[in-house]
Amino acid sequence: MLWGCAWCASIESSMSEVTRGKVSAGLARRRRKERLFRLCGMLATTVGIVFLVVFFADLIGKGSSAFRQTFLRLEISFDTAVIAPQGSIDLQYADFDLLARNALRDLFPDVSGRNPLRELNRLLSVGAGYQLRDMLQQDPGLLGSVQSVWLPASSSVDMLRKGNIDASIDAALRPISDAQLAWVAALQRDGRLELRWNRAFFSNGDSREPELAGIRGALMGSFYMLLVTLALALPIGVAAAIYLEEFAPRNRWSDLIEVNINNLAAVPSIVFGLLGLAVFINWATLPRSAPLVGGLVLALLTLPVIIIASRAAIKSVPPSIRDAALGLGASRMQVVFHHVMPLSLPGMLTGAIIGMSRALGESAPLLMIGMVAFIVDVPGGFSDPATALPVQIYLWADSPERAFAERTSAAIMVLLGFLMLMNLAAVVLRKRMEQKW
Amino acid sequence: MANKSTALATFTCGLILAALCGTAGAQSARDHIYIVGSSTVYPFSTVVAERFGRGSDFKTPKVESTGTGGGLKLFCDGVGVDYPDIANASRAIKASELASCAANGVDDVIEVKIGYDGIVLANSQRAPSMALSRLEIFLALAKQIPGEGVHELVDNPHRLWSDINPALPATRIEVLGPPPTSGTRDAFVELAMEGGCSAIAWIKELKNTDEARYRSICHSIREDGAYVEAGENDNLIVQKLDANLSAMGIFGFSFLDQNAELVRGAAVDGIVPSFDAIADGSYPVARPLYFYVKKTHVDVIPGLRGFLREFSSERAWGDDGYLSERGLIPMPAEERALVAATVRDLVPMDVASN
Repeated sequence: MLWGCAWCASIESSMSEVTRGKVSAGLARRRRKERLFRLCGMLATTVGIVFLVVFFADLIGKGSSAFRQTFLRLEISFDTAVIAPQGSIDLQYADFDLLARNALRDLFPDVSGRNPLRELNRLLSVGAGYQLRDMLQQDPGLLGSVQSVWLPASSSVDMLRKGNIDASIDAALRPISDAQLAWVAALQRDGRLELRWNRAFFSNGDSREPELAGIRGALMGSFYMLLVTLALALPIGVAAAIYLEEFAPRNRWSDLIEVNINNLAAVPSIVFGLLGLAVFINWATLPRSAPLVGGLVLALLTLPVIIIASRAAIKSVPPSIRDAALGLGASRMQVVFHHVMPLSLPGMLTGAIIGMSRALGESAPLLMIGMVAFIVDVPGGFSDPATALPVQIYLWADSPERAFAERTSAAIMVLLGFLMLMNLAAVVLRKRMEQKW
Repeated sequence: MANKSTALATFTCGLILAALCGTAGAQSARDHIYIVGSSTVYPFSTVVAERFGRGSDFKTPKVESTGTGGGLKLFCDGVGVDYPDIANASRAIKASELASCAANGVDDVIEVKIGYDGIVLANSQRAPSMALSRLEIFLALAKQIPGEGVHELVDNPHRLWSDINPALPATRIEVLGPPPTSGTRDAFVELAMEGGCSAIAWIKELKNTDEARYRSICHSIREDGAYVEAGENDNLIVQKLDANLSAMGIFGFSFLDQNAELVRGAAVDGIVPSFDAIADGSYPVARPLYFYVKKTHVDVIPGLRGFLREFSSERAWGDDGYLSERGLIPMPAEERALVAATVRDLVPMDVASN
């Protein structure tokens, strides 16, 4: 026994020697593997960040110039003889363009002939006349006075000022003539040509003139749509989640429903658009291009997301809370509304916000229900024709005019800004309302 | 809590009901013009719509870009405020479409030709300029071309432009163009490819004997990578041409017009694509553009008559009109006068003659 034990100890010590040797031999390899794995992870993260940085840099580099716009300062004389020849003014038909053109011509009195004058007039945007009309509409007292007004320049002047047109190439190839180049240089020398804050971008609807195009119409369309989506998807989604988690019996049917909900969350969005076209427009004869229909379709799209998130939130409420409430004599409904719902609300709201931000970025289903359209008037309600932000981006990206390129990037920046705000709100909500057990 | 939730639910339901009711009311009398159709006509239609909307008391018309075929289908679905008033088209309406229109009660369609559009084959300004014939275009892009034997077809063997004609540069054939769903692609195939294809005598014969085979030979574009489907976005094609000097691209003339310092159109059959060459009909790859309007909708939809007048006015589609600045090639003055008279008197198409 004794010798056996000594033998045993010697074996043991030699074994541990062997094991230790094996372990220490493998240790370097294991550490190498570990380092390699971490490196791979870091590399993956870096690649992701690099892509993101390149994307943002490209976007901001291209789009930030759209927030500023070239304006011309002109001495506009609201001449009664031009805009009110009969003594009274007819805002609809008065020739406000002529006021701007006359002011421009006064600066370059030696320009004559039909074609040179046309070229001179093209320095100004088509919107100049409309701006003067709006000014007079707001303050009729301006009639007969002379005002110094900043008027929008045409998009080719704007592109030149922003350096997007190379003035050194052959005149036939660039969209601006030699004479126009000289006029722009003269205006700039006199301090009459300036890059100013582009308010029109935020206050106007769509336009085919890049310098007049804005995202207000698309923003309002997205806003009305999300309102409908939220009003439908949140109550229905939460109600469905509560029923499925708290009341529904567990059987084959509830399993089937669960599988279907998970499936719906993965269905391509264009399918919801087709469904919306068939049901809401063709069968229920709701109007095409209306935010109401868009909201209905997006509600279908976000419902599964909200149901899944809400169910997860309800599941995470400990059963002991329910048992305690039931033990004190609360009814099942009281348990749900007094205890389970308040505790799972942050999770539900997070799900709703993530669903909403997905809905905000959708454009494919809107194609089917006629929201990919040219709409100038800013929508004022749920049934007015409207587009949405992603749709506006698509439409501008497809326009031949060069100045739309920077507006496309600027609109993407605005969309990303809203998405970031919404996702930030989801994070803050979760952090502030989260319960720890 | 329970009471609050019930109240919230009631409020929500009420809101939705109210929205639905408001909608039903709005729909029974539409106050804006509703236009659908071709993405090629879209840039012109929208400019007129915007000018009309800003310059009048009426709302700005809504213009949906659905493609010619999709637009005419919507247009022909019926008469009434739920259906479009105008369909834009980058080709003339087909007899089958007119028949389906008539079957749905749309039997007073007015056809309005608005001008011409050219399709260009372009490459970067920094690359050497190209001059091609329609036959060379067909030989470069067709899926199958005539081989050595009599009436024999072989898979297109051409890799380099110089394989077709030694006078052409020895660069790889790489053409970026629109996908089959596009009207520009249809027109390119019909005008350029078929034009070149029918220069081969025995294939031209086929048109009378075996039209299906004729179409499949002339209209099939190769799928071995020489023709790259670059999506419907013509801007993207222009950008890719600027980056890839050996590639050529297919797109509408208006994009060439707006990007003249980046890309250059290839001469086809010796004619360089230009405003004048398309207007006088000498540039071979050009097509007329149309829109179709329902006579019964005029004077029912507010502003429709005014919109028609604006579109057919000289300041819009005339030689110096604002549409020509956007790249629409105007019709000759006499033809404009003729079409304008049709619009003024609202003369519908003669269905029997189609």
